[in-house]
Amino acid sequence: MNPEELRKIAITQKESNAQYKHQICVCTAAGCVSSGADKVKDALNAGVKKLGLESTVQVKGVGCMGPCSAGPLVRVKVRVESEGEILYKEVTPENATEILASLDTGKKIDKLEYNTDVPFFTRQKKVVLENAGYVDPDSFVDYIGHDGYEAMIKAYTEMAPQDVIEEVIKSGLRGRGGGGYPTGLKWSTVAKARGTRKFVICNADEGDPGAFMDRAVAESDPYRLLEGMAIAAYAIGADTGYIYLRAEYPLAVKRLRAAIRQAERHQTLGNGICGTTFNFRVEIRLGAGAFVCGEETALIASIEGNRGQPRPRPPYPAASGLWGFPTLINNVETLANIPYIVREGGDAYGSIGTEKSKGTKVFALAGKVENTGLIEVPMGTLLKEIIFDIGGGIPDGGKFKAVQTGGPSGGCIPDQFLDMPVDYESLAKAGSIMGSGGMIVMDDTSSMVDIAKFFMEFCMTESCGKCVPCRVGTVQMHNLLEKIANNEATEDDLALLQELCDMVKNTSLCGLGQTAPNPVVSTLRYFRDEYESRLVRKGDNGSKPQPEEVKA
Amino acid sequence: MQTEANKPAGAPPNDPRWKLLDAAMRRNGRKQNALIESLHAAQEAFGFLDEDSMRYVAANLRVPLSKVYGVATFYHFFTLKPQGEHSCVVCTGTACYIKGAPNLLASLEEHFGVTAGETSKDGKLSVLTARCFGCCGLAPAVVIDGDVSGKLTSAGLVEKIHECMKGEVAVP
Repeated sequence: MNPEELRKIAITQKESNAQYKHQICVCTAAGCVSSGADKVKDALNAGVKKLGLESTVQVKGVGCMGPCSAGPLVRVKVRVESEGEILYKEVTPENATEILASLDTGKKIDKLEYNTDVPFFTRQKKVVLENAGYVDPDSFVDYIGHDGYEAMIKAYTEMAPQDVIEEVIKSGLRGRGGGGYPTGLKWSTVAKARGTRKFVICNADEGDPGAFMDRAVAESDPYRLLEGMAIAAYAIGADTGYIYLRAEYPLAVKRLRAAIRQAERHQTLGNGICGTTFNFRVEIRLGAGAFVCGEETALIASIEGNRGQPRPRPPYPAASGLWGFPTLINNVETLANIPYIVREGGDAYGSIGTEKSKGTKVFALAGKVENTGLIEVPMGTLLKEIIFDIGGGIPDGGKFKAVQTGGPSGGCIPDQFLDMPVDYESLAKAGSIMGSGGMIVMDDTSSMVDIAKFFMEFCMTESCGKCVPCRVGTVQMHNLLEKIANNEATEDDLALLQELCDMVKNTSLCGLGQTAPNPVVSTLRYFRDEYESRLVRKGDNGSKPQPEEVKA
Repeated sequence: MQTEANKPAGAPPNDPRWKLLDAAMRRNGRKQNALIESLHAAQEAFGFLDEDSMRYVAANLRVPLSKVYGVATFYHFFTLKPQGEHSCVVCTGTACYIKGAPNLLASLEEHFGVTAGETSKDGKLSVLTARCFGCCGLAPAVVIDGDVSGKLTSAGLVEKIHECMKGEVAVP
């Protein structure tokens, strides 16, 4: 299918969408599906059929709309007099008749309405998620109808590979998987590397507990990810791509598999993409639940069918990656930014965000916060804006204590940093990392020693066992934390813990071990009193202090 | 044919599950790097990986059995023990942990006598934990027989599992 034909599809699709008088979008991402969105959609479809409204009302399944805790979400677009959108929350199948009846009168159903004129919606800026909640993730033509593949066509027909890389460099985009390595630089390194074949790998092994940005992109807008990969492949000269996807995300697996099939049928993947001579195939590789496979060399080992164990770098995958060939590894969110950058230009993207951290970032807001869900904000948004304005603050009158970013590799940020802009540098200064974008808010019922223990247990079980500092160090640290949590530790134990933090951080082979002490280090830095209050003082004759009320 | 010859002794000749596994391996061209994919297929077909299926995969992909065993035990997703009739996977991700996943596990142990990673003695219920389903907005979340339920209390979870087990009796 050549660019002309694709454009024709886009026009027909837009026209056929405009035919309908009303449009009802039901969120069918995993969050809403688990609250029963499928049944709501079925009930709406049945209602439309019963009332004979097939020609005027369109019921459409779409991707994630953001506020997952208020699901199932339904957005109604009424084109009666003025164009307007109404968002309904916690919709049940029984509400279907009511919603359909309200269409012609244009009247809102007050009890279901979710007010969208609140900071949760108005403060966001959508780039990666621009289609999420609007496009039908199961439909190729609907993606085309939302200007999909425009960026890819532009890249393939108007730009040389080097131009594409230039735009990415200009955009200032940095890797969204955690490290924050400049994406353009990575691309040009792989493009320059010599090899008879090259590969693109999309890292969709979102192992951080409490992060679900990549899942949302893969479920809500799978074609965008494929488009981003196809552009990357063109820029670096790769012929095959792999998506390393978590097996724990069955819906994302299903949608991406279907998307690959559809894209191949429409020749936006495969041989001779869009009438050009460029070939690019994409395969899905399922992860099997190993956190360490987020590390790039371990991920490559896993795709090759081995245990996911990392190897020392250099050589970096950009020089010698999958089966020894130069390999580009980007995370889902990074690749989902690419269509926007190519379409709108690197400068347009670079105008969003701060000087060193450009663009937007998707965060998964969860924990003790009023509005949980998926948000996308410009880099540099203040932490308090995210938690109190967008997130709506702490529920049940609780008091903010800390926010955990970066998962098991990150740290806890206490309230003195609430005025801090959220970008790569500021987070690093506060002792945490951007990570993939999980943000877990904790109130004063959470014990920091417990949180540190929780993450250490995670790292202990997820350690691949290849290098000693990580394999043994994490176990020892976990034992010490357990001792502290049980009020059995002495000051010597605390000193030993700190020494181990240093040792594990500096001597581990890969990122997992190097960052495993972070939660301990950051909680020790800001909440040292919580550790010290649990120590057995010398001269106490072994009498234990009364255990504090511990609540997870 | 190689595949026929390597079919483990004792496997029913026309058990469709072996055919499923066989088809999955054929789809990947019986390439050695498709080991993890093949183990996924085997676990999907049989519910867990036993020695027979691992031997079968090893022979078909021409990889040493030791490597198959190594890979199968490395990844948490693979289980070498048969599962109960019903499964309850409790998310122990950070958001669920903060919102009370440990309490859910405690109540499961109290009511059904099953700890995480174990199956009840009557083989009715397996309790598992997962790192994160990515349903953090619904924390604490569990997956009961493949369906996610969120915002659960201990009592609510126990009731849901009872319901699920009853359903099994009513629909044979």
